[in-house]
Amino acid sequence: MRSLISILDLSADEIGELIATANDIIDHPKKYSRSCSGKKLATLFFEPSTRTRLSFEAAMYELGGNVLSVASADSSSSSKGESVADTAKVVSCYADIIAMRHPKEGAPLVACENASIPVINAGDGGHNHPTQTLADVLTIMREKGRLSNLRVGLCGDLKFGRTVHSLIQALSRYEGVSFVLISPEELKLPSYIKNDVLKANNISYTQTTDLEEALPQLDVLYMTRVQRERFFNEEEYLRLKDSYILTSDKMKLACDDMCVLHPLPRVNEISVEIDKDPRACYFKQVLNGKYMRMALILKLLEVEV
Amino acid sequence: MNIDPIKNGIVIDHIKPGHALKIYEFLNLEELDSSVAIIKNTSSGRMGKKDIIKIDSIINVDLNALGFIDPDITIDVIIEGVLKEKYHPEFPEKIVDVVKCHNPRCITSTEQELPQVFLLTDRENRVYRCKYCETKAKKM
Repeated sequence: MRSLISILDLSADEIGELIATANDIIDHPKKYSRSCSGKKLATLFFEPSTRTRLSFEAAMYELGGNVLSVASADSSSSSKGESVADTAKVVSCYADIIAMRHPKEGAPLVACENASIPVINAGDGGHNHPTQTLADVLTIMREKGRLSNLRVGLCGDLKFGRTVHSLIQALSRYEGVSFVLISPEELKLPSYIKNDVLKANNISYTQTTDLEEALPQLDVLYMTRVQRERFFNEEEYLRLKDSYILTSDKMKLACDDMCVLHPLPRVNEISVEIDKDPRACYFKQVLNGKYMRMALILKLLEVEV
Repeated sequence: MNIDPIKNGIVIDHIKPGHALKIYEFLNLEELDSSVAIIKNTSSGRMGKKDIIKIDSIINVDLNALGFIDPDITIDVIIEGVLKEKYHPEFPEKIVDVVKCHNPRCITSTEQELPQVFLLTDRENRVYRCKYCETKAKKM
């Protein structure tokens, strides 16, 4: 039984297979519409989330399966003090697969160690968010036609931005990928990602605080939101939240075929005027996320279509 | 200062000065019936000063976990008054309940019954990371 806790649980070949399945789902949705008939996905979200939970639920419904959902952490047994381990054991009795989001880092791993069904990490604190990365890589593949030989700019909160960490881990396995890390000093990429992923794999990267300077050289710009919920100190959040705002003027500095990604939700770091720019791919990314989650559910449930 | 030689037991030598009590606590030596001597700040040709622990029995614990606490220590195993084995503890691939994860966002911070598991992720630099949240272990 497989689970997905970190993007590194999937080999580059497996990510390639998921991309191929997702593309096939996009081209032939009817072929998959009953593939998970009789199967149940439990979405256990212990932290507020709309899009990821809806994406998982839409994915399961489009595969013909059903969804068991915990509406919020307040209404679950965890509010009564139940451990993640016990929750995982109990839910294993009801469902065929779990998608879990939890504010505490490592909670999905604890669930995975105790569940008798596959567990998908749908985001654990500032740690990992592998299915967002699957959405990212499918979007890059569909927009750029490749995952190798790319110069990828990562902008905003690189310290707590779990999607950034997972994306770096995923793309570091492809040849010729380099990164431009654009962030305020206080939100720089943690040293363990720099040392264990970038330096360990001889991946070229530069760090800057200047978005305008970085823009002309990028194939992909990955914008992130400074997340209020990751700060213990409100003052620090307020000081850093408007560090980078991508506007139409700044987009004039970028290449014509650069694509802009964002894991969403956006606050103000991408001006809405950019939504009409053909380089804005973040809403396509949302849709791609659903297709990759469909492909992942099929893989983990070992459903052959 | 004289301490009787050990007949059957273990000498933990070349402990960084001041670390002996940490090791004493880590090995739960207070629960041992046999004699235990803690020698602090004794002179050492190699280290200047060092701590030593002498345990007058063969204890059944994985002494390699001591490699995380103090990688330079030497362990001498004495049987029938003769030095039978002398080694440096290796870095174990995994240490359990030796250090606590200090990340307040880690699941182990709220679910206290979980074991504190750290995995060796960088042997060269002796880096251990929490199995759950990947936070680097603080050196003891």
